[in-house]
Amino acid sequence: MDYQELVLESFSTLALNKVRTGLAMLGVVIGIGSVIALVSLGQASQRLIEDQIKTLGSNLLTVSPGAQRSGGIRGAAGGGQTLTYDDAKAIITSPQITTVKKVSPEYSGREQIVAGRNNTNTQVVGVTPEYTEVRNTGVSSGFFISQQNLDGMSKVAVLGPQTALDLFGPPAGGGVDPVGKDIRIKGLTFRVVGITVSKGGSGFMNLDDRVFVPLTTAQKQLFGVDYLSSISIEVVNQDVMVEAQNQVGYLLLERHKLKDPAQADFSIMSQADIIGTATEVTGTFTTLLSGIAAISLMVGGIGIMNIMLVTVTERTREIGLRKALGAKKKIVNAQFLLEAVMVTFVGGLIGVVLGVGVAYALSRSMGLPFALSVPSILLAFGVSAAIGVLFGWYPAQKAANLAPIEALRYE
Amino acid sequence: MIRVSHLTKTYKTGEIEVRALDDVSFEVKKGEFVAIMGPSGSGKSTLMHLLGALDIPTSGKYFLDGKNVADLDDDQLAEIRNEKIGFVFQAYNLLPRTTALKNVMVPMIYGDVPREERTKKARKYLEMVDLGDRLYHTSSQLSGGEQQRVAIARALSMNPSILLADEPTGNIATNQAVEIMKILDGLNQKGHTVVVITHENEIAECTKRIIYLRDGKLEKDEMNKHRRELSKITL
Repeated sequence: MDYQELVLESFSTLALNKVRTGLAMLGVVIGIGSVIALVSLGQASQRLIEDQIKTLGSNLLTVSPGAQRSGGIRGAAGGGQTLTYDDAKAIITSPQITTVKKVSPEYSGREQIVAGRNNTNTQVVGVTPEYTEVRNTGVSSGFFISQQNLDGMSKVAVLGPQTALDLFGPPAGGGVDPVGKDIRIKGLTFRVVGITVSKGGSGFMNLDDRVFVPLTTAQKQLFGVDYLSSISIEVVNQDVMVEAQNQVGYLLLERHKLKDPAQADFSIMSQADIIGTATEVTGTFTTLLSGIAAISLMVGGIGIMNIMLVTVTERTREIGLRKALGAKKKIVNAQFLLEAVMVTFVGGLIGVVLGVGVAYALSRSMGLPFALSVPSILLAFGVSAAIGVLFGWYPAQKAANLAPIEALRYE
Repeated sequence: MIRVSHLTKTYKTGEIEVRALDDVSFEVKKGEFVAIMGPSGSGKSTLMHLLGALDIPTSGKYFLDGKNVADLDDDQLAEIRNEKIGFVFQAYNLLPRTTALKNVMVPMIYGDVPREERTKKARKYLEMVDLGDRLYHTSSQLSGGEQQRVAIARALSMNPSILLADEPTGNIATNQAVEIMKILDGLNQKGHTVVVITHENEIAECTKRIIYLRDGKLEKDEMNKHRRELSKITL
């Protein structure tokens, strides 16, 4: 059998009925397109989150207060008041801890910030000078919170570049240099002493939209608390992360007078833990969305089967004639199968182009990195061809098994 | 060439069993020009299907070039049809929206004739039926007689053992019908074995031998003594 002839014939049959072929193809186009778009968007946001978490600083452990127990009633996790500045100091000074390099205690809360006629609502973070090293943050102008600021409970603030932009306008567009200016938080006046380096990111995890103040000022004057919202710990190197996690854990258990690690009123997470959790969440979303897209692909496949069945019925006489002229079963089967596969394959091709286009446009508009996943594109081609075979099989078999005399008689 | 012995075909429609062909035996030798005649319901279509290897008999034997066709499976039958039988149908059965040339090439595609040879042969046979100037016309651009001539060219393309024409003139105007019969006669004179199935006396009288069927049985099998000389008919 001349397969080139077979391909040409299938092609011209499909070309004869452009509208029908197009509509049959559309299901696959949409299915493949949405799978590709969603998978690459999912991967893009996953990569974004990983990148952002990595910029927080490597070798980082984060201690968060656990659920607080009072009289057997368990409060919300993370809302506890069990971590104190003294805990943080103990971690760095304790002789039993050998793997920790720096400790950065933090307290943060959202507040309204006012500067002249501008105001914004953002995260106010009470920090110590160690923050710069532990969290991998520097200043682009001015200075960061110093030990004197901390000891003297000074009312000074360091702005994230986004907050600076919100409050003082773009430096190039006639905005004033925020350093040296005053801002007001909760009715208290703070002097801006520095601007941090941009760390990128957008939306819910914007690391540039922050205001840093001395930890002591934040605890005593702004929020009136004596506990911390977290302690960040820089470990000497990545190989001893687990050891550091254990050392810090036992020290805090001891300080909090707890014997059973299961009762711990705090939790210690490493970067790997956080990335793992975030990846798991976005991974679940990606899987879910791909599942929905796969369903639409399935529906597209059923559409193709439907069209192919109609085609077989319509061309019963032609099939009968071809068999009378010597077409064997496998040739009739191959011809119809080829038509189905051509539709799905071309549909898959258009779908991939469309999906990549949509993913590119969306990632541009959402500020996500654009991730083109070659395996998922190859998989999409494979799947679209497989759908052609899967859903074209039954109609093709039906055509191949037609008895020639019945088919020739068919009106 | 063709030998059928005790050929029987029964169809079951629900409870009723219809004996469409009942113990038919005859022989057709190479180079004969035979008409199979009978009124409708006489079993001539059934016989044509069996002779054309489109169907297999319920019982009896059918030898085509020494091979018992009754024993073959679907794909082997397809091969027989492709190589040994040239069909000419009442309704022409050309592929729609396809050129005459392509239509003639269809059996050769299934018969694995190489591309160049296919085109050459298709052209030759179309010229033989006087359609050398219609090679690229599609079926809808051709008259009934012309379409049937394309069908004859197609039937000849694999150089078959027999040419099986089922009411070849049934759908065609009289003057063109004579033309078709002249072509079949001409092919017979060149040595082709031609079997025509018809219910029209005038058509049967153009052949050399007439087999009469009635109620599925062979009624009469005789040489045609009053043969109409096709070459003398002028229009």
